[in-house]
Amino acid sequence: MTNHATAETPLYGLMAEFEDPNELVKACRAAYGQGYRRMDAYSPYPIEEAAEAIGFHKTSVPLLVLLGGILGGTTGYLLQYWINLYAYPLNVGGRPLHSWPSFIIVTFEMTILFAGITAVVGMLGLNGLPQPYHPVFNNPRFSAASRDRFFLCIEAADPQFDRDGTERFMQTLNPRNVTEVLD
Amino acid sequence: MEESQEIKDSVRLERLLPGQTPVLVPGHSFGTVTDKIVGIVLRRPVTLGWLVGFAIVFGLLNLLGLAVVYLVFRGTGIWGINVPVGWGFAIINFVWWVGIGHAGTLISAILLLLKQNWRNSINRFAEAMTLFAVACAAIFPLIHTGRPWLAAYWLFPYPNTMGMWPQFRSPLIWDVFAVSTYATISALFWFIGLLPDLATFRDTAKNPWARKIYGLLSMGWRGSARHWKRYESAYLLLAGLATPLVLSVHTVVSFDFAVSIIPGWHATIFPPYFVAGAIYSGFAMVLVLAIPIRAFYGVKDMITDRHLDNAAKVMLGTGLIVAYGYGMELFFAWYSGNGFERFMMKNRMFGPYAWAYWSLIIFNVLIPQVLWLRKVRLSPVRLFMTSIVVLIGMWLERFVIVVTSLHRDFLPSSWGHYVATRWDWATYIGTLGLFLTAMFLFIRVMPMITIFEMRMLLPESRVAPEEVAAHD
Repeated sequence: MTNHATAETPLYGLMAEFEDPNELVKACRAAYGQGYRRMDAYSPYPIEEAAEAIGFHKTSVPLLVLLGGILGGTTGYLLQYWINLYAYPLNVGGRPLHSWPSFIIVTFEMTILFAGITAVVGMLGLNGLPQPYHPVFNNPRFSAASRDRFFLCIEAADPQFDRDGTERFMQTLNPRNVTEVLD
Repeated sequence: MEESQEIKDSVRLERLLPGQTPVLVPGHSFGTVTDKIVGIVLRRPVTLGWLVGFAIVFGLLNLLGLAVVYLVFRGTGIWGINVPVGWGFAIINFVWWVGIGHAGTLISAILLLLKQNWRNSINRFAEAMTLFAVACAAIFPLIHTGRPWLAAYWLFPYPNTMGMWPQFRSPLIWDVFAVSTYATISALFWFIGLLPDLATFRDTAKNPWARKIYGLLSMGWRGSARHWKRYESAYLLLAGLATPLVLSVHTVVSFDFAVSIIPGWHATIFPPYFVAGAIYSGFAMVLVLAIPIRAFYGVKDMITDRHLDNAAKVMLGTGLIVAYGYGMELFFAWYSGNGFERFMMKNRMFGPYAWAYWSLIIFNVLIPQVLWLRKVRLSPVRLFMTSIVVLIGMWLERFVIVVTSLHRDFLPSSWGHYVATRWDWATYIGTLGLFLTAMFLFIRVMPMITIFEMRMLLPESRVAPEEVAAHD
């Protein structure tokens, strides 16, 4: 199944294909145990254990969303404060200009709006999406990663990577096959 | 042997009661759920039935176009609104459509937080329904202004040459913020949910154009474990944000009424009673769409009788809250001791619009009680008809609230009568056309069931901790 890298196209990594999520998670744990770090698991649905196994424990999405929400709420309130007190003060029957209870709803909506947009843009940004090209798609088998197959790719950039040694190791993980992925 | 194990697994995982249908009929695998849902869009040819249906709803959409263009030429005088009933159909339909949208968010966000995994097969088209319903709703207040091209500076705070700003103490401005935030968050939630499925489409499509378009839309999604982790985090947070948001939207819609001093509107019961009514009509619309869709597209193994049963129970529950709301309106009118409130209630029940009030009670309170019967909940035809009745009932509720309170308020000299014109009806039926046209197109070009979440319903999708740990 392996096709050899030519001199012109460098190797991106080696990719093992699995049929079962348990095999994938086991393989991820084993590879992490061997000291590999530059690797990624690919699956057709989220598998929390796979991310844990390759040593990815924390995302900064929640922090970004919190900051987005705070920014949104502050913007919403200050916007109304500035409009009602400075830009366009309206005296309605002598009521106070800073009538904060009536500002709550717009403040709330702006909090949700900014936090929600941050969740989406932040998630896409941290994931580096949209990304028009990625080497993993060079593997013709990889289209099954969005259907029913599970892949582990150990990247050539990993300091421990060794073309033959890593392949021998990956063959021990009980994969369907191991394929070279060209960059 | 293997198959019976599968059934046992799905029973164990879902803790089914005896006689209950599972959420996903056993016998599926990762490949078959994918192929089935992808096949509806990519393999199934356009059928005559779809074309005929589309022609009809597209015709209705054109009626909306006609009605709006004529409105722009002639002004809101073509409608039945006048002093004292200035709100009429535009606001009735706005509230009705926004309410329908609420079920989509309830299914996708609140049921996700409550770990109700039966939602997985109906959330996608329920979310689509939300988007299209909110689009229909948004049209009404805009065209109700009569000059929608001027509405920008009335509604949105932006620095304009007149130096004018919107009035932030008005519930109408709160409504603008609530509904536009709701539309934005719903669209984001829907798109984020679609992302992995669009990648599946990209990888499965044979047509080079389809590959390109789905490829662009899927943004290069590759199912990386790191990506999934951030994705899950963002999705859960969006659900957490959408939950208070959806409750706030109909609350704010009810403030349009409750903050005023009109008899029958100025009531504290309005926010919870509006939210319950929204979910009530929304689930009715979900059923009205789901029952024919699952029959035409043969997805009864994914949208099972269990889904219909659960949706019917939600309808029954929220329907009872709505009925309680009607009871409380009566009680408030009496207990307030306020002559105008009492008169409003008497006028509502026995005045010129008594037909609307009593139809509302029959459609919204009495008939839906058949949902107590399991036989009705499990019969798609009866459930479909009950849902239609509820949709009409909820429309009547808004009619009663808007019209009976406005047409006779404090001074008998300012009383009037409201009758909808043919242009009112054309606009309303036209938005039904917009909604259904969007739905017809959506089913043909997007996965109507969330594929990756269906994979997660399969027993083999779960990682067994003991098996994985054994290797270390």
